[in-house]
Amino acid sequence: MPPALNARAGCSLKFAMELNELYRDVILDHNRRPRNFGGLEPADASVEGFNPMCGDRLTLRLKLDDDKISDIRFEGQGCAISTASASLMTEAVKGRTRADALRLFDRVHRLLTDDAAPPAEELGKLAALSGVREFPARVKCASLCWHTLSAALRTTHPQALPAVTTEE
Amino acid sequence: MKNIALAERTAAFDVNAVRRQFPILARMVRGKPLAYLDNGASAQRPAAVIDAVDDYERHHHANIHRGVHTLSQEATALYENARDRLVEFINARSRHEVIFVRGTTEAVNLVAQSYARPILEPGDEILITHLEHHANIVPWQVVCEQTGAKLVVAPIDSRGEVHVDAVVSLMGPRTRLFACAHVSNALGTVLPIRRLIGAAKARSIVTLIDGAQAVAHMPVDVQDLGCDFYAFSGHKMYGPTGIGVLYGREQLLERMPPWQTGGEMILAVTFAKTTYNGLPNKFEAGTPNISGAIGLGAAVGFLQGLDRGAAERHESALLDYATAALGKIPETRIVGTAADKASLVSFVVAGVHPHDLGTILDEDGIAVRTGHHCAMPVMEFFKLPATARASFAIYNTFEEIDRLAAGVERARRLFA
Repeated sequence: MPPALNARAGCSLKFAMELNELYRDVILDHNRRPRNFGGLEPADASVEGFNPMCGDRLTLRLKLDDDKISDIRFEGQGCAISTASASLMTEAVKGRTRADALRLFDRVHRLLTDDAAPPAEELGKLAALSGVREFPARVKCASLCWHTLSAALRTTHPQALPAVTTEE
Repeated sequence: MKNIALAERTAAFDVNAVRRQFPILARMVRGKPLAYLDNGASAQRPAAVIDAVDDYERHHHANIHRGVHTLSQEATALYENARDRLVEFINARSRHEVIFVRGTTEAVNLVAQSYARPILEPGDEILITHLEHHANIVPWQVVCEQTGAKLVVAPIDSRGEVHVDAVVSLMGPRTRLFACAHVSNALGTVLPIRRLIGAAKARSIVTLIDGAQAVAHMPVDVQDLGCDFYAFSGHKMYGPTGIGVLYGREQLLERMPPWQTGGEMILAVTFAKTTYNGLPNKFEAGTPNISGAIGLGAAVGFLQGLDRGAAERHESALLDYATAALGKIPETRIVGTAADKASLVSFVVAGVHPHDLGTILDEDGIAVRTGHHCAMPVMEFFKLPATARASFAIYNTFEEIDRLAAGVERARRLFA
């Protein structure tokens, strides 16, 4: 438990624990030092994701080697959850095929929204996002990068796509 | 000296007596007493408003201006009585000048479409400022697209102030309308509207003031201000949502065509011709938000029952206290430092995204707004994607601000 949260006098334990689940060390670390952050030239796909509710914005660029994501980088501005989620995602999908990456998106999505989601071991570090589901207002923060990736992978000409948003 | 004066004047205001009138302030959020610091988004309702709406729903509801039966007459009397209270509240000349609308957004749209659209010609100009809420930007953009008029934007400075000279220099021969906020929702700046309205009037430019953030916090006298239109929402002044007011000068409203059409706004309909009703009904097509208007009337009664001078001084003391408390926290910067501010503090903490800050504060029962505050041009100006905003009301306390500051400090340490 981070000392800053532990030291709170009189705070309800349940909520303090939920908050600690949300801001796990892995999340804080990836927020402070996002991996695969920055531009990527030339890229085979470049898609912008936007969450109009909070103004989070990220640009995802990736290189494809046949069907495989050979490189992926992101840049933009967002909260800790959105930054850490994008950082963790780039680590997790690099080297995967499109179909494999989309399957992973499906699993992460269930992790974020479904209390009965299957055990998260197979997700590796992405399991650190499981605390988000106790904070429904923050699910979109964690899923923005994945929606953006999905848009990039599902289309053959992603450059022509409008910005992806978390609002349907 | 200042501290002594501060202690004296805040002692005169019994904040606990005010708090007792707001049932929701007794609730717990996430195991902590609610500290509601999001009044700029929507204020809470006192029992007087809740009871007025409840009494109407239980005992008097019927459609208004239609039936000869008892309930319809009672409902009509309550609705029109609420209008009278609003006439008095803003010192309009008559009930013809107070139009019930859904809120500030609808009021601005009404003026854009019903006043501006018919008179605008290509090359005409509408002047606004850089700190407007989207509701005082987009309706003008739309009407400019429809007519070929041009939207001109007056600048703000790094403190978030609007300078009269800078605005006046943009008032030209083609300026048909000047619209600005009374108080900035994103920064708290109180605009020098008296001088701006005076300058516009001297050039025969029609004026609209977005008073959404002002009416709950300072007296508004539309005749004294001299503006042509003044718009505000009920729910930011302790009234219900879905109800607000457009004040308009009668001569202008008379000339304007109806904004929406249907029942209530007509005198006679044949399939050949419709004769419109007079003011204010011309602009209130369809069955209005009757209970909302009654609740808003009760909110006026609540505000008039306060010592408003003391309430203003209390809010001003809260602003000074919050500015000092947040200013002491390292890495924390207040955005919007105008000399004249309403009781609202927008701020950012280096390394802590406002969204994360909002979640951490919520966990302490503290409600603040985080985001762009529907004022993206303001955020763009300060090169920020978002801020956190604590906006105060008459029922907030210094202790709540202490809790806010402690929460901010905790978040800062967590993300450091």
